[in-house]
Amino acid sequence: MRLILFPVLLFAAPALAQTAAPLRVDINAGLTQPMPIAVPAFAPGNGASTEAGTTTQLGARASEVIANDLKSSGLFRPIDPAAFTTQVGIDDVVKPDFPAWRTVAAQALVTGTVSANPDGGITLACYAYDVFAGTEIARQGFVTTAAGWRRAAHKCADLVYSRLTGESGYFDSRIVYVSETGPRLKRIKRLAIMDQDGAGHRFLTSGQNLVLTPRFAPEQQTITYMSFENNRPRVWLYTLGSGRQEAVGEFTTMTFAPRFSPDGQNLVFSMSVGGNTDIYRFNLATRTTTRLTSGPGIDTSPSYSPDGSRIVFESDRGGSQQIYVMNADGSGQSRISFGDGRSASPVWSPRGDYIAFTRIGGGRFGIGVMRPDGGGERLLTNGYQDESPAWSPNGRVIIFARSDRSGRSGLWTVDISGLNERRLTTPLDASDPAWSPLLP
Amino acid sequence: MTRQIPALTLLAVAALSLSACGKKKVELQAPPVTARPEAPAPAPQPPAAEPTAPVTSTTIPGSQQDLKEKAGTDTVLFGYDSYELDDQAKGILTRHAGWMKANPQVRVTLEGHCDERGTREYNLALGDRRANSAKNFLAAQGIDVARIATISYGKERPAVDGSDEAAWAQNRRAVTVVMAR
Repeated sequence: MRLILFPVLLFAAPALAQTAAPLRVDINAGLTQPMPIAVPAFAPGNGASTEAGTTTQLGARASEVIANDLKSSGLFRPIDPAAFTTQVGIDDVVKPDFPAWRTVAAQALVTGTVSANPDGGITLACYAYDVFAGTEIARQGFVTTAAGWRRAAHKCADLVYSRLTGESGYFDSRIVYVSETGPRLKRIKRLAIMDQDGAGHRFLTSGQNLVLTPRFAPEQQTITYMSFENNRPRVWLYTLGSGRQEAVGEFTTMTFAPRFSPDGQNLVFSMSVGGNTDIYRFNLATRTTTRLTSGPGIDTSPSYSPDGSRIVFESDRGGSQQIYVMNADGSGQSRISFGDGRSASPVWSPRGDYIAFTRIGGGRFGIGVMRPDGGGERLLTNGYQDESPAWSPNGRVIIFARSDRSGRSGLWTVDISGLNERRLTTPLDASDPAWSPLLP
Repeated sequence: MTRQIPALTLLAVAALSLSACGKKKVELQAPPVTARPEAPAPAPQPPAAEPTAPVTSTTIPGSQQDLKEKAGTDTVLFGYDSYELDDQAKGILTRHAGWMKANPQVRVTLEGHCDERGTREYNLALGDRRANSAKNFLAAQGIDVARIATISYGKERPAVDGSDEAAWAQNRRAVTVVMAR
């Protein structure tokens, strides 16, 4: 099911005086003190009940979703709701009692209402305030189905995040990954998808076939991945909604490491022919294949720059795995990684400013970032086996897979600052994460 | 198709022929030797008074077990991040080639595998290199490449559970797997 969210303008507030120093979170400053923020239960607006619950219940749950989103960023510290027992009413939403919020040391306030619409849907009205200045930061309404209330709450959290950080949000998004279970010698792997916060988890494939490395199309309704179905390892497409699975092309040898181009019209992937692995582009409309690299090395893990003009990839042509950049037509290949050890599995940030990669060295695997020219290299994580980085839609958070010596694996996130390392909850072990773009 | 005689009837006829030994020779029709994978389970029998006949298993020529017995192993090992065949691996694959010549109907898949100490996509390519190293060696021994397929499992199918050098060394491998016909 595809939900459609309509942003709506809320009743216009009187022009607000600009404070000299607007409330701001500097995401790049290496924040050690998250901003205290109050997110009381949203007030019930018009209408009492929806098929997803009463507006009072949805208001309480929406505030929990929003607080959890903001907390997970590491930039905000939602204040324990026990500190403010008063129920917020509609009047408090549009005219907050700032002195009262100051007594709980809230710097910002996110409040709002949930209303039941005559068509069975809901409107979530989202308001954000600078408590100390006593000014409004943002207001926006989101109209959706009753079942879509979580997405409306994520949109509200994205609005608050973007107004307070100056970056676009990333909470209304999904994660596709490989769910793992069973003993190491007989591991069962399934594609699975969930909301960014772990809600709405479901499995996409049965586990009968080994599947690896799912990645979203820019329109987010299609996933490209690799499957060993019929002992024929190759690139596949999975269509969300219909559940349709389709092998890509008619190749007689292994294809793998697929990714979409930013316009969604091409795939890039590796193909191995007689022990030699090169990178190819496959046009999904014309079904034509173009070879982009040649030579005896292993060229793999291609990833487009967000403007589609260049491709970052890894190659061992120089003796060990290192990162290279080339033009989208395969010309102008040049090495950009010169750090210690090996550098592998590069992924271009959707903002274009960084490339995330896996560093192998000293018997450890970590996640790092470098600029597209190879400069400014920083290692963000260090583990027994951290690998498979992928970017949040705003390019400020990296999700990756971490395995330990017992073979257990899970998904983690880390800021590009290297702070706020967190484990995501998944029902089973997990690897090969990919983050969707922001949902429309 | 030969009409199949129920086993119990056969036993009865056999018993009769034994008791009638020396008097009259009864020609027993040999039971059909066609494989019957779908044969129904025999009905429960009362415990036999006589000791059961010993059954020993035998290796079917041209099978995976046959390859293992004749060549000593179906697996060759590689060094870290390497796809070069050392002398030991070449010796094993020479025996695999000899066995394939002795069993000309056999086709094999060479599976390339890696230890866990590499990134997933690189290891798929490295496993492909290992499988092709072994394939090329067999081809150089005169084996028709049409009889050899390859597949890489990267680090997805370890042979040994463990995260130490001993386990990794066993997992960096190419396995000659006899194809089911």
